[in-house]
Parts: sequence; C-alpha cells; structure tokens
Amino acid sequence: MSEFLQQLLNGLSLGAIYALIALGYTMVYGVLRFINFAHSDVFMVGAFIGYYLGRLVPENTVWGGLVVLLVAMLGCAVLGMLIEKLAYRPLRGAATLNVLITAIGVSLLLEYSGQVFFGATPRTFPAVFPSVNFTFGSLVISSNQVVVIAVAAFLMVALEFIVHRTKIGTAMRAVSLNPKAAQLVGINNDVVISFTFGLGSALAAAGGILYALNYPSIDPLMGVMPGLKAFVAAVLGGIGNIPGAALGGLLLGTVETFVNGSQWSTYKDAIAFAILIIILLFRPAGLLGKSTVEKV
Amino acid sequence: MTGVRMFFLALALAVGAPAAEPIKIGHYGSLTGKDASFGIVSRKGIMLAIEELNAAGGLLGRPVEYRVEDIQSRAGESATAVKKLLSRDKVVAVLGGNPSSNSLEAAPLCQNARIPMMAISSTNPKVTTIGDYIFRVCFIDPFQGAVLAKFARESLHARRLALLTPVTPYGVGLSTELRKKFTALGGEIVAEQKYAEGDKDFKAQLTAMRTFQPDVIAVPGYYTEAALICRQARELGLASTVIGGDGWEAPQLVEIGGKAVEETYYSTGFSADNSAPHVRDFVRRFRARWDNETPDSTAALGYDAMMLCADAMRRAGTTDGPAVRAALAATTDFPGVTGRITIDRERNATKSAVMMRVKDGRTEFVETIDP
Repeated sequence: MSEFLQQLLNGLSLGAIYALIALGYTMVYGVLRFINFAHSDVFMVGAFIGYYLGRLVPENTVWGGLVVLLVAMLGCAVLGMLIEKLAYRPLRGAATLNVLITAIGVSLLLEYSGQVFFGATPRTFPAVFPSVNFTFGSLVISSNQVVVIAVAAFLMVALEFIVHRTKIGTAMRAVSLNPKAAQLVGINNDVVISFTFGLGSALAAAGGILYALNYPSIDPLMGVMPGLKAFVAAVLGGIGNIPGAALGGLLLGTVETFVNGSQWSTYKDAIAFAILIIILLFRPAGLLGKSTVEKV
Repeated sequence: MTGVRMFFLALALAVGAPAAEPIKIGHYGSLTGKDASFGIVSRKGIMLAIEELNAAGGLLGRPVEYRVEDIQSRAGESATAVKKLLSRDKVVAVLGGNPSSNSLEAAPLCQNARIPMMAISSTNPKVTTIGDYIFRVCFIDPFQGAVLAKFARESLHARRLALLTPVTPYGVGLSTELRKKFTALGGEIVAEQKYAEGDKDFKAQLTAMRTFQPDVIAVPGYYTEAALICRQARELGLASTVIGGDGWEAPQLVEIGGKAVEETYYSTGFSADNSAPHVRDFVRRFRARWDNETPDSTAALGYDAMMLCADAMRRAGTTDGPAVRAALAATTDFPGVTGRITIDRERNATKSAVMMRVKDGRTEFVETIDP
C-alpha cells in the first residue's frame, strides 16, 4: 500500500510537468488550430535561462528560486511572442501544413542554436530551491515534488482564471471560436494570438525549471522527449481543452510511473502510447474534448 | 610539434645506430573530433613508453619508431588508417583503437596481414573474436561485473543486492555477470529493474526496490543516469550503498550528484591515486613528460599496450608477426601499470581492477580487486 501511494505521488509530480507543457500546446491549438512544435524547445530555453540565472542568485532560498522561475517565464514569454511574430504571423492565412512545417523548422533552429550557444554537453542545474524531505511513515515527499505540484496547480488555476474571467481571456476564446467574427466585433487578433503564445511559453518555461529542479542534468535536446509526451497528453485530454491537457498530463505521468516500477519497465513508452491509442479509438476527440464537425 | 620532435628523435637514434633498422609501431586513434580525448591521452601514454624504451637502448638493440594516424572520430577512417600503417609504413604491431567500433573495423586488416593488434580501451567482447592476432589490454564488460560482485560481497559484506540495469550492451553485459557471481558468492539478488539510456526519472524503479531493503544497489550505467539515480534514491530515503562500473568515471558524476553520490563506489582499470610504487612512479614520469597532466586509465592503457608488445618482442627475440603473436598470447603476469596482466585464451587481458570511492566531492582509491 505504501509503495502504491509513493508511486502515485511520483507519478503525479512527473505528470504535473507534462501537464504544464501540454497546456502550452493546447492553448496555441485552441486559438490557431496548429501544433507549435517549437514549444518543447522553449521549455529547454526556460531551463537554460534558469541555469544561467541560478548561478547569480543565492542557492537554496525560496525567493532566489521564485526570481529564477519568474525571470525564466518572462524571458520565454518574450521568446514565444518573438517566434510567433517572426515565424508564424507571416504565414497567417496560409495552409496549416505550411505553418506546421515552419514550426518544425523553428524547433530544429532552437535545438541546434542551443547546441552552438550552450554547448552539447549536459550541464548541471543549480539547486535554486531549498531541498528537504518530508516523511510520513514510509511515504517520502521531497520539497521539489511539492514545489512541482504546487506551482503546476497554481498556474493551472491562474490560467483558468485568465481564460474565463478576464477580458483578454474572453477575447482568446472568441478568436478560438471564430477569428473573422472576433475581428468584426473589434478584437485585435494579432494581440490576442501574441498573448496566447506568450502565456503558453511562460508555462513551458515554468515546466522547464521544475523539470530541471527534479532532474538536474540539462542539455539542448532535453525538450524532445517531455515535449512529445506532453503533446500526447494534450491529445489524450482533448486538444484545445485546458482541463483536458492537465488531466492528460497527470494520467500519462502516473501510468508511466506505474509501468516503470513494474517488471515491464522497458516497455513503459510502448504501454503509455498503447493506452493513448485505445482511448482515442473510443473517444477520438480525447477524454474531455468535444468532437466537432470539420468546417470546410 | 611534439610529433615533429619525436620524428627527429627517432631519426637521430636511427642515424646514431646505422646498422639497426628501427622497429616501427603503428597507432590509430582519434586525435580530433568527439572521441579525441581518448586518442590524445592514449598517444601520450604510448609516446612515453616508446621514449622510455629508446632511452634504455631500444628494443632488441634497435630503436623504436612511432607512427600515428588520426581517424578524426569518423566511422570508416580506422580501416583506411590501418591500411596505411600496414602497407606504407610496414609497422610490426598496431596499437588501438579506443571505441570498440574502431577496433572492429581495423581488426580484420591486421588479422589478414598477420600483424598483432593491441586494442587499447575497446571493451566489447566481440573485438578479439575477429582472429588470433587481435588482443586487448583493457578488461571486458563481463569482467567488471565479476569485480563489482566480489567487492559488494566481500568488501561491503552485502547480502542483499538490487540491480538497476540500463538496457545497453554494456549495462546488460555487466549486470549478467554481476548477478551470476554475486549469487555464487552466497549473496541474494532481491530486485532487478531496468531503465533506458537517457531516462531522467528513476523514482518508480527505486520505489519498487525500496520494499526489498537492499544493502547495495548496483547501477552498471553511465555517469549522468548514475548521478540522477543516487539523488532520487536519497530523496526516497533509500540508504543503500550504490555501486557502478567505469561508466561512472567522469567529473559530472559529482557535479550532478552532489551530496547524493558521497560514499558510492565504482570500478575502473587504473587510478592515479593507487599507492603501489610502480603506479606512483608511472604517474610521476607521466606528469613530468606531459606538463603535469595526471594520467587517466586510457593513458595508462596506452602505455601498457606498448609495453606489452615490447615485452612480447623481447621474449620472441624478433619482430616477426607470427612469433610476436605467439609470445603475446603466452603473456603471464606482466607487471603493467594497470595491473598484473595475463593474456587468456580469448586474447583478453585478465588483470585486477581498482575500486574508487566518492568522498568529499573527490574520488579516491579504495583497493585493488582480483577477479
């Protein structure tokens, strides 16, 4: 029983990171109807901003950690908006496939520029947050796990608030529903889309920092696998749906952890993806997604 | 620059003793590219050996000449380099390579030319199966498994061992032998978990292991994963001693692992901290020759590779390929700096390994283990 609870906890903290990245995929998809493949590399850039900044602030302090987290989120928000302005905006109105290929191009650009600027050898991420272990019987929770779950939960609630309770959030939903009609009622689509990218990228940066805190070896290709898993999580939960992305991430992280702790650990990715296929067979729009008729 | 100096040195010696034709020794390795660190240090070891041989009057009364080819860390280049060494330079022995893939490329050429080849740090068992002219001076993967089992059982007095194996030829090779030997020594394997190279999260496997309360956890993988595993094990409150093989040997182990890798152990072929007099003497000579650089195991293996060949030629009394091959195959108890080397029937080096411990953020020599 204690092993089960411990695995559940491990799974949730891994899933929380997947969920944070998945939110970025799902938001961009919700507004623009395309997959921003560069998202997982913004995640990597976030971790690297944290790496360089983490050496300037004192280690093991809560405020130091928060400064690193906020600056990385801000930096990546700017990066996300820049990517949107330079790479995607010129293609607004072009076929989705063109934008998709561009997204892959941006992703590769970030990965390999990262290798040039940061170097290809893995770096050790500094311990920016203080680290302690809490023990409840045989259940051990590290403060990093608590931070991951708390930050992820806070950001998801904040996101729900922004999307449903603020003016810009309403505009985002309007653009998502029908961009032309949104423009007709006086919404500046460029601003909304830019904001969406900024917000999504900030979440990716937070994910990057939290990931690096738990697994403190970072390199320019670190985003590839978590990015892929988060994409799967977004699809699993119903792409375009914010609570769906969170649910998908948590589910994927938990399943992966349980498989990893069993005798079939070598097949963990195979099993996780098999579950995805099965769920999509029965619910093609994902767990919380609504199936819509494709507009022609 | 030093290459040029070597050339003149060899030339001067050749001129000094006009009657004696130099003995040409070929070496192939990556002096540039991603594997360059291995090639460069091997070269330093070999050059030191050759200089010492020449200073002592040469080999069989003849000077030794060093010929090196850079394979630039590129696949396919080893074969070209060895072809050049064999046909143009007419070398009597070939030293190299470092990665097993290089040795596998070069070995058939040496075998066909009936020129002995001494692989320096290629640990894949397949290398020496290419033919009876192919030898190696390093130990092979399964051997380290046996060393780790012996160390865990006899030095750490562990009864319950858990294995966390990466799914790579290296990891599985080590793990299989470790399990066999540890059980044979009366220990018990209480849990076995696997991971894929590049994984970052091991908490699931470690949580599953925690139930069994192992005395020792063996992680026969590379340093990045090993360091992350140690961290996560400590976070989960696992107090077991963690041990591993030479894949752990890198400064990043301590950098990533921090406090969590304290009091962990790993096996390797050579330690500059070894207190044996001949090792200390070698380290001193190496430092004096190469700007105070401390030799690592690859440098020491390069030195031993050359000295093993020299010893065989001395015993054979000739540089003739088949005779040297026979002498090499008969090597027993050769006092190398990486341990006392005996060449076994598969032409692998049987020798002792050293155990290292991480202490206060540094690695230190613990003891020498004979399999």
